[in-house]
Amino acid sequence: MQVLQQKAKELLESGKVQVVIGYGEGTGERVRPLFVRTAEEVSKLVWDDRCRQNLAVYLNKPEIKKMGMPALIATPVVVHTVIQLIAEHQLKVDGVLTLVVENGSVKELFDTTSLEAYAESHPVIFPPFVKQEIKTIAEMSLHERFKFWQDEFSRCIKCYACRSACPLCYCERCITDNNQPQWISSASHAQGNFEWHVNRAMHLAGRCIQCGSCTIACPVGIPIGLLTIEASRIVGTEFGQQPGLKCDAVPAMSSFKVEDTETFIK
Amino acid sequence: MSIQNKVVTHENLLNFLGEIIASGKELYAPQRKGLKTYFHPLNDVQTIVFDYIQTTLSPKSLLFPKVERLLSYTRDGKQIHVTDSSEQKQAPDRILFGSRPCDAAGLQTVTEFFRRDNPDAFIQRRQNALTIISVSCTKSNEYCFCTSVGISPGDTTGSDILLTPIENARYFVEAVTEKGSLLLAQYEKYFEKSEAITKEPHLVKVTKTFSSTEISERLTGSFDNPIWKDASLRCIGCGTCAYACPVCSCFDIQDEGTNKKGDRLRCWDSCGFSLFTLHTSGHNPRSTQSERWRQRVMHKFSYMPEQSGMLGCVGCGRCSMSCPADMNLKEQLLEIAAKVEDV
Repeated sequence: MQVLQQKAKELLESGKVQVVIGYGEGTGERVRPLFVRTAEEVSKLVWDDRCRQNLAVYLNKPEIKKMGMPALIATPVVVHTVIQLIAEHQLKVDGVLTLVVENGSVKELFDTTSLEAYAESHPVIFPPFVKQEIKTIAEMSLHERFKFWQDEFSRCIKCYACRSACPLCYCERCITDNNQPQWISSASHAQGNFEWHVNRAMHLAGRCIQCGSCTIACPVGIPIGLLTIEASRIVGTEFGQQPGLKCDAVPAMSSFKVEDTETFIK
Repeated sequence: MSIQNKVVTHENLLNFLGEIIASGKELYAPQRKGLKTYFHPLNDVQTIVFDYIQTTLSPKSLLFPKVERLLSYTRDGKQIHVTDSSEQKQAPDRILFGSRPCDAAGLQTVTEFFRRDNPDAFIQRRQNALTIISVSCTKSNEYCFCTSVGISPGDTTGSDILLTPIENARYFVEAVTEKGSLLLAQYEKYFEKSEAITKEPHLVKVTKTFSSTEISERLTGSFDNPIWKDASLRCIGCGTCAYACPVCSCFDIQDEGTNKKGDRLRCWDSCGFSLFTLHTSGHNPRSTQSERWRQRVMHKFSYMPEQSGMLGCVGCGRCSMSCPADMNLKEQLLEIAAKVEDV
């Protein structure tokens, strides 16, 4: 923690960055996002197992962008997020200084090579309970699986915390907020909830970096991340592409080649 | 109206609730799903959970559901037929068990809100058919602040019956309204008469940390205070706070259908969404998250008291507890109490 505070202090004092996006103490046992802008505030930075919210979500927030060059305190999955955002042209390589803590020291990831090397050596690892959930759902029959999601979605209140917490859900105007035409029902009835979650999963297929922020954010406990994790697994199998590893990757589901043999897209 | 005082054992309470179900009424009580607790209709009283502080979502949806049909239409040539859903639907007889005093106070505010100007037939009908049996609080957490907004862990406001857990697995029973008395009279055999019991020693102590009147006064004129910008930096702009809130009553009207048939729906809406105030022209009077966060606090603690004399908050703490970014309303209010000066 001290090395992180020290690094933040150096970066702010040298003017290399204007804001350090990290975690601070929150309510009770919680941590919360913290935006450190002066060297005096660095002592508020914390770093431990509780730091799970994907802070890359703030990189595109107008208020944060206005502050100037950001340093982002990152867990491995956040590094994957930064790479994916670069690949999707939402972030420039030199638009963020990514900080990772390793073996008691802080490393700066500042270019394509350092980001990609770190991501390559730090694959996304699911906690055991997520592995179990994936396995349980995979073993269900189609009917059981449908029933499972029907039950889960029945609790959805369309607060869109899943969307807001997701760093890859950066559309300025989400499909569900469009009403001319109204692609997706904005009502939180059974059909509206299905339409929303299935569309979101499809839109994140092959792009979801599997951070689990959507699931953590869901106030009614829907394991919503399992859908996008599965969608990304399928894209991985079919197209041989994992998100969050290459800054120049072309996302499989949002691109096409003229020489593609499939006719449905033409 | 005189309040009748009674006591009931835990066992007889379950028998009483069981009979309510057997009589064909819908019983909503706290149920556990994973780590979350919800008010859900149930068939077996043994599944009711008692070890919760606040349920995950408030019981607001029993009056004001997340989505409901207001009307439906069909078109046949030039003939358009509109059906008013308020004339069609009968509200089922419902019993809500296990609401906290803050929840019951919230339901009262929602009822009042929808009674203003044009009384809302949907909400009124549900309210008339709803009997609220609340349970006083013997536990609280760091998110609770009911006493700072004029409510208390043993408050009877909004409840028809209030149960306060006392020694030997029993509850002190207060019939607060006529509706409550009638229900108790119907199942008299389960309740024993009692002298008035002082509830205080059995209740959790929630320290009053600020004065809501003072907050309201301080908010007047603090529209341009820089406090909002800093406080809302971490807000991610979802609607969790508003949807978890027992009081928030903003809604959006959605038309769904084709030119042959369709429905007009009323859906929950939240001032945290960027779409909330977006005009057709493209202009948004609350274009930033800080303006939306300010609106949330202002509406509850300044505009509502000014317009209707009611606060828009019952201090349950759900907004803060469920916030993915740990936005904490109590903390914000304390900061306002300490810092905000008229500008």
